[in-house]
Amino acid sequence: MKQDSHIQVITRSSIPLWRDERVIQGIAQVISAVLVIGFMIFFVSNVFQAANDRGLSLSYDFVKESAGFPLAESVIPYDESQSFGYAFLIGILNTIKAAVVGILLATALGTVAALARLSSNWLVSKIASVYIEIVRNIPLLVQLFIWYFAVFQNLPIVKESIQWPGHIYLSQRGVYLPAPVPTQTFGGWIAFVVGGIVLSIILRVALGRYQLKTGRATYPVATALAVLLIAPVLGWFLVGASPLAADIPVIGKFNFDGGTRLTIEYAALLAGLVIYTGAFIAEVVRAGIMAVDRGQFEAARAVGLSGMQVLRLIVFPQAMRVIIPPLISQYLNLTKNSSLAIAVGYPDMFFVGRTIINQAGSAVPVFSMVMAVYLSISLTTSVLMNIYNRRIQLVER
Amino acid sequence: MSTNSTTVIRPPSPPGPVRWLKKNLFSTWYDTVLTILAIVFLYFVLKGVLSWVLFTANWAPVINSPKLFAVGQYPPEQLWRVGTILFMVSFLFGLSWRVWGGTVRTFALALVVAFSIMALLPISMDLKLRIGFLANPILTFIGYQAGRTPIGKSRWVAMGWLLSFVLTILLLSGIEGINWLPKVETGLWGGLLLTFLLALVGIVASFPIGVLLALGRQSKLPVLKGFCVLFIEIVRGVPLVTILFMASIILPLFLPEGIRIDRVLRAMVGMTLFAAAYMAENIRGGLQAIPVGQIEAAKAVGLNNFQAMGLIVLPQALRLVIPTIVGQFIALFMDTTLAAIVGLLELLAIGRAVLESNVEWKLLNMEVYLFIAVIFWVFNYAMSYASRRLEVALGVGER
Repeated sequence: MKQDSHIQVITRSSIPLWRDERVIQGIAQVISAVLVIGFMIFFVSNVFQAANDRGLSLSYDFVKESAGFPLAESVIPYDESQSFGYAFLIGILNTIKAAVVGILLATALGTVAALARLSSNWLVSKIASVYIEIVRNIPLLVQLFIWYFAVFQNLPIVKESIQWPGHIYLSQRGVYLPAPVPTQTFGGWIAFVVGGIVLSIILRVALGRYQLKTGRATYPVATALAVLLIAPVLGWFLVGASPLAADIPVIGKFNFDGGTRLTIEYAALLAGLVIYTGAFIAEVVRAGIMAVDRGQFEAARAVGLSGMQVLRLIVFPQAMRVIIPPLISQYLNLTKNSSLAIAVGYPDMFFVGRTIINQAGSAVPVFSMVMAVYLSISLTTSVLMNIYNRRIQLVER
Repeated sequence: MSTNSTTVIRPPSPPGPVRWLKKNLFSTWYDTVLTILAIVFLYFVLKGVLSWVLFTANWAPVINSPKLFAVGQYPPEQLWRVGTILFMVSFLFGLSWRVWGGTVRTFALALVVAFSIMALLPISMDLKLRIGFLANPILTFIGYQAGRTPIGKSRWVAMGWLLSFVLTILLLSGIEGINWLPKVETGLWGGLLLTFLLALVGIVASFPIGVLLALGRQSKLPVLKGFCVLFIEIVRGVPLVTILFMASIILPLFLPEGIRIDRVLRAMVGMTLFAAAYMAENIRGGLQAIPVGQIEAAKAVGLNNFQAMGLIVLPQALRLVIPTIVGQFIALFMDTTLAAIVGLLELLAIGRAVLESNVEWKLLNMEVYLFIAVIFWVFNYAMSYASRRLEVALGVGER
């Protein structure tokens, strides 16, 4: 007891205050906080000062004012009399439209390119690597300029449109594609599709449980997929008349009648984003496939799994673990890169934001809105990614 | 046991061309179909591209404005400064070749070949310019020889490079009040010169900030760590264009009334902040690769926190991330094109300006932008080749 207190006294007196780790850390925290907050106060006060002196608006009231500028394209109806806030929403939707379609197409292109590069056919593999090496080393903006100014703006006029198989027409007015139009029997067909989806989910769960319980192979995934595919096909023939008709574009006097139109701005942005990101995705997929050791494949065959089972149960899950994180970061890159739409005049969120700044003059609020949207997309994705990563992480000893 | 003395086991003979073809192009029926399709595809693409490049394309805008593409509107009578910078770089490459060898040698040789080709190009060129180009390879060899003298020490060469960076900025901008080195407005900087400068300033200036941010993120102090994470995640979460626009529109509002910084500098600030966040993450990767035992050992021999970090951990961590930083430099080099959107006359914007400078060239978009694409491609491909070599040389991938 006596000794204990003696020791304590010594340790306490032996470390002077200015060398106590906890004290140093506390002081360092206070100093860094004061520095950062001081800088922030300095900047913010400057902004308010500037707002006062130069009549700059910092309020968000402008979102309710009438926009008064047209937008070349929008997913939902829009006209000039609507508010700035609504115009900004159109911008967000246009960004999503470019990003989602871009991600789907880039994934398809990237996967094909990766498989081609891994192909045992020398020529096919070389063509794929030339594509990847060329595209990855040229800035995206340069590629967008080539697509927009050199390719799409140089397309012929409507009358001399380039025609591709499948009723696709390319001209200066845009890319015209056949559009699906629902007919009277469409409702009945949708009922089949929805029924198929419900049934396949039920089958997947029920058969999976049965397999776990009895150990007998019931192929839950294959059965569910088969039902999912068969239901719409069956419905198509059972409802009598075809539920969808194709609205084929026809060259009119000055313009096309029917079909759907992609503007050349959208088409150029999409072409640039897809071809650029596709090359990066190809490398990601290739790395994932190559990361699975050959021994895994051989060992799986040795314990008696079939070729498909090896792919489904051994190779695929392991490759996905390597592929998914960088793939998601490529998706985020594509979404962020879609802000380059401003260079080709496609009205995405950033473009609309710029226009609002020009019209309403409130740069700080608009920028905060633009950054908030991009940040929430990125942060949500990275939170989801972290959860996913924790789930698939290898549990090591 | 009857041994057949004539049996000789030979290594398998290398496959002949016919067997190579059969194995790599025609091994199965669908392989054959793929090969034939690929040949048809290649035929049409090559035919189209070659006939366009050689016969249809009009290369007038590219051939007639080499100065614009190279340095933009930099005053012609001040171009000797750019030349001096090139001399400096050539000399330093020669020196580094002798001292460091390896990958640097490949680069020094590539530079020698490039300048020799430039000097011997069969087009009409000012004789002074031709001699200038020719002087570069000679300076590289002088530098190589100088590597034998006492200045051929790794430390001196590194200092030389750092000094050359400062000199480059000083030379280009000039100093007010000095007659032979008048100030050149940054608005006149342009072309490939500005593209390189933006990327270089971005990577060099972002390095110290990145190291501090990475250390801050690793720190045990929650407040400091919080600020660093906040900065890194915000910057990485938004597109570079928004940051460049922030820098060009909103940064002036953040500063007191009297302080004005010009457009090029604002873009450089934006690029640097952007690069710093990514640099921090790269360096953090290096820091995490250093085992805790290193710090514990450093503390055990009596080093304090700062010494352990500065003398033991950082040198090892930074060595690990050199190839990653080269990769980041390549990405930043490509990203400089976005400065065109905020009105800087870097390479891509110069292309735009060239197209608009002559009514007859208005429709030659493909020629000009393709030319720019080729310039970027050559530099990027060379740099990524070097980065791969560097990775092997440093043995990074092996641990």
